[in-house]
Amino acid sequence: MNAFCDISLTVNGERVNERVEARKSLVDFLREDLTLTGSHVGCEHGVCGACTVRVDGEIVRGCLMLAVQCDGASVETIEGVSDSGEIADLQEAFQQRNALQCGFCTPGMLLTAQALLRNGSVPSREDIREHISGNYCRCTGYHAIVDAVTAVAQARAGGRK
Amino acid sequence: MKPAPFAYAKVVSVEDAVTLLAQHGEGAKLLAGGQSLIATLNMRLSAPKILIDLNGIAGLSGVDVKDSEVRIGAMTRHTEIENSDTIAKHAPLIAMAVPHIAHPAIRNRGTVGGSIAFADPAAELPACLLALGGTVEMTGPKGRRAVQADDFFKGLYETAMEPEEVLTSVRLPAAQPTLRYGFAELSRRHGDYAIVGLAASAQAGNGKLSDIRLAFFGVDLTPIRARHAEIALSTGDIENAVAALASDLDPPDDVQETGAVKKHLAGVLLRRVARQLMGDRA
Repeated sequence: MNAFCDISLTVNGERVNERVEARKSLVDFLREDLTLTGSHVGCEHGVCGACTVRVDGEIVRGCLMLAVQCDGASVETIEGVSDSGEIADLQEAFQQRNALQCGFCTPGMLLTAQALLRNGSVPSREDIREHISGNYCRCTGYHAIVDAVTAVAQARAGGRK
Repeated sequence: MKPAPFAYAKVVSVEDAVTLLAQHGEGAKLLAGGQSLIATLNMRLSAPKILIDLNGIAGLSGVDVKDSEVRIGAMTRHTEIENSDTIAKHAPLIAMAVPHIAHPAIRNRGTVGGSIAFADPAAELPACLLALGGTVEMTGPKGRRAVQADDFFKGLYETAMEPEEVLTSVRLPAAQPTLRYGFAELSRRHGDYAIVGLAASAQAGNGKLSDIRLAFFGVDLTPIRARHAEIALSTGDIENAVAALASDLDPPDDVQETGAVKKHLAGVLLRRVARQLMGDRA
């Protein structure tokens, strides 16, 4: 029962042991303590989705989870998912279709899109819009983003045949 | 913004949580999914001295069906009920409502108990609990007790829970062939809090509806039953029921819409949900 806590977790496959303030959010911990600045801090109350990361395989809001809650967990950020090549095709499609825009929402958009496509489905444009509705793009680039996600869904499905 | 400093304690039993709550009084807050709580801490709308994290308690999550009741553990995540065959089969109203709760990243963390205990007047699950006539179970210093949904929601973010109590589960009547359900909500962006929403249940037989429960949300300080409209709808006249809403609802203006618009939209939703209850979508 302390304002500071020792935590031990895995971040992008590497063991991390740190002392954190209990009030520190997961996304601030990643950015400030681990200098993993790919996840962005936007609204800080769960609306914009720029802070999206994965905890134990599932996407979460990095601003609505405390770093101390990740003791014992496996955290993956855009850096880890990029390095592993898991979303190389999504990144390529975003680039080709001008879905990157200014790039602030992009890490959250990519992780959220990957969560939708991971089960191998080919969602409709409406399904994609609904799924990414929790991620704000301030450049209003949703159309290009939906194009990119659709292209990857179809390409992955085609690749399996 | 960042939260004011607080101490953090992760408990492994409901009893430990109750003990800590008793020790720290109003300075303590329970952390379940945190999807509303941490936002309010970030905005410094709340500044507890200590957060008591319930996420380490075994046995507080899961869904089971027993004695014609569906029991949902308080720490069950929205994603779990969204993907649960048991919920789809035995609690169809909950299955209809869950896709409207926030967004996937938030549903992965948010909990059923947290949503009910927080009692946001525009949230889906409190209204579903009311529409189903469910029961809330909690544990405090004096032991366990249960409160009916009709008596649970007291005011804005106020419930029948005492400050030293922990919500442990909710119970809902399981689906039967004669039970009908309806759900609809209007929001600006999919997953946002409802401008107006309606969760409903009814018994169907002999071409008529009875035991109708219409629980509107986003229109008052708590989810609220439209009792005059329930009576009017039992005669089968949807337009009479819509007219009766005038005496049931008096929505205050809020950041999303004026009360007058909300009242109009409540009628729109009642027409949609009445048709669901009457079997067009059953």
